[in-house]
Amino acid sequence: MTSPEAPVRTEQQVPSLAGDPFGETVLSDPFEFQRELRERGPVVYLPEYGVYGMGRYEEVRAALVNWQAFLSGNGVGVNPARQHPKSAILELDPPDHDAPRHTLEPLLGPRRLARFKDEWVDKAEALVDELVQREHVDAVSDLAEAFPLSVFPDAIGISDEGRESLLLYSDHLFNLFGPHNALVERGQAAFPEIASRIEDQVHRDALAPDGFGSELWEAADHGDITGELAGGLVRSLLIAGIDTTVHSLGAIIEAFLSAPDQWQALRADPRRARVAFDEAVRWASPVQTFFRTASRDVVVGDATVPEGEKILMFLGSANRDPRRWHDPDSFDLNRDPSGHVGFGMGIHRCVGQHVARLEAECVLHALARRVSRIEPAGEPSLHLNNTLRGWKTLPVRLVPA
Amino acid sequence: MNPATSSTSAGGRPALRVTEKKSIAAGVCRLTLVDPRGERLPDWEPGAHIELTLRQGLTRQYSLCGDRWDPMAYQIAVLREPSSRGASEYIHDELSVGDSVEVGGPRNNFRMVPAEGYLLIAGGIGITPLIPMIAQAEMMNLPWTLLYSGRQLETMAFADQMSEYGAHAVVRATDTGDRLDLAASIEAAPRGTKIYCCGPEAMVDAVESYCARLPAGMLRRERFAAKERQAPVRSLPYEVELAQTGKRLVLQPGESVLDAVVAAGVPLLASCREGLCGTCETPVLAGVPDHRDSILDARERERNDTFFPCVSRAASDRLVIDA
Repeated sequence: MTSPEAPVRTEQQVPSLAGDPFGETVLSDPFEFQRELRERGPVVYLPEYGVYGMGRYEEVRAALVNWQAFLSGNGVGVNPARQHPKSAILELDPPDHDAPRHTLEPLLGPRRLARFKDEWVDKAEALVDELVQREHVDAVSDLAEAFPLSVFPDAIGISDEGRESLLLYSDHLFNLFGPHNALVERGQAAFPEIASRIEDQVHRDALAPDGFGSELWEAADHGDITGELAGGLVRSLLIAGIDTTVHSLGAIIEAFLSAPDQWQALRADPRRARVAFDEAVRWASPVQTFFRTASRDVVVGDATVPEGEKILMFLGSANRDPRRWHDPDSFDLNRDPSGHVGFGMGIHRCVGQHVARLEAECVLHALARRVSRIEPAGEPSLHLNNTLRGWKTLPVRLVPA
Repeated sequence: MNPATSSTSAGGRPALRVTEKKSIAAGVCRLTLVDPRGERLPDWEPGAHIELTLRQGLTRQYSLCGDRWDPMAYQIAVLREPSSRGASEYIHDELSVGDSVEVGGPRNNFRMVPAEGYLLIAGGIGITPLIPMIAQAEMMNLPWTLLYSGRQLETMAFADQMSEYGAHAVVRATDTGDRLDLAASIEAAPRGTKIYCCGPEAMVDAVESYCARLPAGMLRRERFAAKERQAPVRSLPYEVELAQTGKRLVLQPGESVLDAVVAAGVPLLASCREGLCGTCETPVLAGVPDHRDSILDARERERNDTFFPCVSRAASDRLVIDA
């Protein structure tokens, strides 16, 4: 591969793709860039940031699962050392990752979530009852934001105060996984104040006694995790548990707008809600990208990613790779979306995926019973973020059944 | 047909192949198991065990004692025990390199949690789950001490490797008349030390009593469990009834329930297909599942009210599931 006389520059072995994956053009419409990325090869050099990228399903999935070769502990953003402390779970490798993961995973598992179900069903039905009476609904603020904000902070056990700023908080943190661009600049001014208020809210004394937050502190009392980790995990729940669900719920409304017949299919058989939600997560990939770092020289296809280099995993691209998915751009309830990487895969797979699925199921069941058609009611506008893909507004009319 | 030497798979997961069998102490052999397709095995952490299905539905649990940075192989160390109803004799006398063996899990009831240091106490073959813990404590640069006792030195697996750790590892054969003073060592352990104990019942009981005044969670222990499964693991076909649609499927033991359900046109969402993520969890309305997942704990498994069709299957003739 290399000889002492004439070292071969690695980026010359790997196809290169110009363009800024975090620029406004690609963030607004990532599909052409992603198609080109997949076409160039299983791993591609992105000169804009001096990093590598993967966009094909098979290699992305294999890399996500291979935590030994593709590290998260060096940060899952473009910069190795970001300006805020590392995530207490997302940016740890084994063995440090073990304790937080295995403490959080059962707390957010389906059997422990069952206690919330009745309340969440009621809240979803009350919300939808109200929305069907309105002439115009913004599916983002009125539904996709309103529902998670009405259930998830309660489930964690944090106070009511300032819930809207939770979205600004996590939005900025997701922007920080990308380069220091205009999106980061924009969020910077308001961030310190929001962050300090949230620090107060995640304190042990500020948490309600029966939520996930208190349960994490109980795990710390039992020595399963350290107190520092307990606080960090409560913060992680807030960062990763709301914005992502907001954009996923937005995505499913967008998906049904794109395929009205699929809405009728769901109404005919509401048990398909779970599949519908995961198909929307595949189709829209609300979390578009995350970085890994090569722990050694890693061979991908016939190329080598040198040790220490960052690799951008394009989850959204993998979820629309025609090598894996038939007619990937269509939202189709007859598809089995199992195995999509919208929640990641492997040891860092979304630990809150069962929470997201339960929230979505509650919302979709309520909508399916009460709404005969979901119609567009104005121009939607995109919400740009370095990591997330979603909508700022999505005006719709929910035609009552 | 002897299931342990056939290539029958558990659910969607193939039986693992024995690629090495090595005597590592008197009466102890170490097996290396790999996926016959050359694929990664499900991830595990120190303290984890796998469940081997041997002949006639006999199942036995063995702690993993290899290196989890190697995703391609599991290692277990098996003591020949006359009381094991033939399981360990079978492994020692019959199971050979090239044979296949069905594996459930990995599962972990003995997790290594954060600590300022570790006091590891092993009796006999109870050393096996502690071997990866030693490696991990070394990796994290945390202080650790191993107190390892057995009847005779030549029967004590891994004892020869412990000399490289000097005073960290105290190895005692009781036939020399030399005994470890566990109570004194526990008493002397610095605050913030977590104590891990694995060994025979009497030893674990004794360590429990020495730790009685320590805060909850400081002592973590694993007993040798020899509990029998309620229903033997089967090697005959069984029926899966899908309650929501009334469809009835006949499955061979090696087939994946998940694949069969989806093939029958019933949507069933899955993700990891390794019994790890929990996405495909499906309520069980009647029958006894043969659980192969890494998610449920022993109590949850015994309820027989839910299962993970990506890797689990039926122990009874019929399984009615809410799909």
